[in-house]
Amino acid sequence: MSSTIETLKEHTSGEYKYGFMTAVEEETTPPGLDEEVIRRISARKEEPEWLTEWRLAAYRRWRAMAEPDWQKVTYPPIDYQAISYFAAPKQKERPKSLDDIDPEIRRTYEKLGIPIREQEILAGVAVDYVFDSVSVATTFKNKLAELGIVFCSISEAVRDHPELVREYLGSVVPQGDNFFAALNSAVFTDGSFVYVPKGVRCPMELSTYFRINAAGTGQFERTLIIADEGSYVSYLEGCTAPMRDENQLHAAVVELIALDDAEIKYSTVQNWYPGDREGKGGIYNFVTKRGICRGRRSKISWTQVETGSAITWKYPSCILQGDDSVGEFYSVALTNNFQQADTGTKMIHIGKRTRSRIVAKGIAAGRSDSTYRGLVRILRGATGARNHTQCDSLLIGDRCGAHTVPYIEVRNRSAEVEHEATTSKISEDQLFYCRSRGFPEEDAVALIVNGFCREVMEELPMEFAVEARKLLGISLEGSVG
Amino acid sequence: MKNMLRIEELRVTVEGKEILKGVTLEVGAGEVHAVMGPNGSGKSTLAYVLAGREGYEVTGGRVLFLGQDLLAMEPEERAAAGLFLAMQYPVEIPGVSNMYFLRQAMNAVRKARGEPEIAAGAFMKMLREKARLVGIRDELLKRDVNTGFSGGEKKRNEILQLAMLEPKLAVLDETDSGLDIDALKAVAEAVNSLRGPDRAFLVITHYQRLLEHIEPDHVHVMVDGRIRRSGGKELALELERHGYEQFAAAAA
Repeated sequence: MSSTIETLKEHTSGEYKYGFMTAVEEETTPPGLDEEVIRRISARKEEPEWLTEWRLAAYRRWRAMAEPDWQKVTYPPIDYQAISYFAAPKQKERPKSLDDIDPEIRRTYEKLGIPIREQEILAGVAVDYVFDSVSVATTFKNKLAELGIVFCSISEAVRDHPELVREYLGSVVPQGDNFFAALNSAVFTDGSFVYVPKGVRCPMELSTYFRINAAGTGQFERTLIIADEGSYVSYLEGCTAPMRDENQLHAAVVELIALDDAEIKYSTVQNWYPGDREGKGGIYNFVTKRGICRGRRSKISWTQVETGSAITWKYPSCILQGDDSVGEFYSVALTNNFQQADTGTKMIHIGKRTRSRIVAKGIAAGRSDSTYRGLVRILRGATGARNHTQCDSLLIGDRCGAHTVPYIEVRNRSAEVEHEATTSKISEDQLFYCRSRGFPEEDAVALIVNGFCREVMEELPMEFAVEARKLLGISLEGSVG
Repeated sequence: MKNMLRIEELRVTVEGKEILKGVTLEVGAGEVHAVMGPNGSGKSTLAYVLAGREGYEVTGGRVLFLGQDLLAMEPEERAAAGLFLAMQYPVEIPGVSNMYFLRQAMNAVRKARGEPEIAAGAFMKMLREKARLVGIRDELLKRDVNTGFSGGEKKRNEILQLAMLEPKLAVLDETDSGLDIDALKAVAEAVNSLRGPDRAFLVITHYQRLLEHIEPDHVHVMVDGRIRRSGGKELALELERHGYEQFAAAAA
């Protein structure tokens, strides 16, 4: 067995292929955070006064809050005054068309395999490109506009659709929800905004690609998606960052609102730089994602494939307020080397006959630690509510850890809540079997891991499932591609 | 006759205990060899050592496969070189469809040989043909590898892999164990149809039963880690009548 572990170690030390940085002139605010910095960010973005005040209110709440310490991750204290809260590629104004984008930025996205253009590979997918703190491009805007769908950066939404932003911003994740959400509310710089009008089925995947480039900065994006009655939208986010020795903070907030009979499918392929083999560097990913099924028969489905970040702290959740609404959470969290992930979901059942399904797959290799933390809460009025939770952990090697921490609170006798959990190791027999059929060892590991995750991978939109499958392989292997 | 496999004085230790105590065996292209012996004689150890499983320490001797030092190769390199082991206990791989597994395995072997990947159409055509040959239902092709398969289905699936991967040397480790007579016949028929001048078989079995259906060119009796006697197919019948007792006595 020990020799298998040795070879696994070699193969699970995958190199990060997105670790380059782009030489582009950036404008950054000096490190530190106070009311003046917030006013400056707000002014730089030419925001209305209500938003400036909203940010300041969040900042004041944040100052009075403490960083959470209940999660099973350890990291040195973060010096919030050492972070620069705004970084943007220098550009006089937002490009009018895709052709005006800085060639260096364009090349960055090409290297990442998601060229900025409205054709070929990305046909059928509209993309918003967020580079450090700002959105640099959004494709297929006009086509979507014909259907009344708004897909733009949140800065543009503040300017062009203030009534929607004002109504919904902070309505799902309030300013003071938690330490990182409060910080985000104070300093968020950009992110994506989606509004799908009544009865419209969005004909293409909407996607945001987040890229951290500048050093010494944090990224605080904010995403707001509103699906009006009877509408449908599928949204995907991807993310990468250069390899750096210091840790960088990413604290995003995502809010989803589904009205009557609306459905939102939100998929994430998270591949922030995880740090090197010794655990140096990497992104601290402290993210608050929450959706509310406000309307009857509405549905919100989260799918995430998490392979990056030194630390992952995120619990995409659903508040099932409307009767007969449905919440789903499908997750793969893969950790390797010294990565730590504490991730899971919250399903809050308020409405009658609300249903939720949780499928969480954790894979731990190297010296990493992976925790599933989930809450299922059935409130008094949620008659006939149902939940099914399945948590599976797969261990690779003998120095990693997998933990499952389920919280279940039921206040209605008619509710049915099920929780299943398994923990397994990749067996010597499985590896030998695959290798004797011709699979090199690292491919055999990737094959077995992909099989373990299949239920979740099947939830991803087709184009991204292929990518995610490869990504799992790369995160586990010594080879690239 | 072209020499395919040459095992010379092979000695193997498992957890400090010597299991193979100097095995010598030669298999030519196109030949079918049967290795028979009682439980614990080292038959399965021989199969695993040939396929490259970990946990077996080779303390002496050597194995040449098509002139190459087999024992120096990784299991996947042996597969690429044309060795296949049909296992006694095929392993389940949840979440990986049988069909996908087969195609990826074929492509892995092709890649290692510097050949292009098999086209989807050609693969499906071949798969349908071979599945029919082995008696595997379409539904099993879509299911996860060996997951929830009956004992007989697992063994048939091994032969399906054999048929698809088209090895030069196929080692069948107790493929007959746990098979009812119909399944046994189907497996034997499939194996017979795969026989050819360029392909050799090493059939490891406890009973003579399988050899009624797969007629061997040579039979070897293994007892206590050594080949005690070799002969033609009539040796199998003799064993059936007299058992392994005579050899056990000689070994003691």
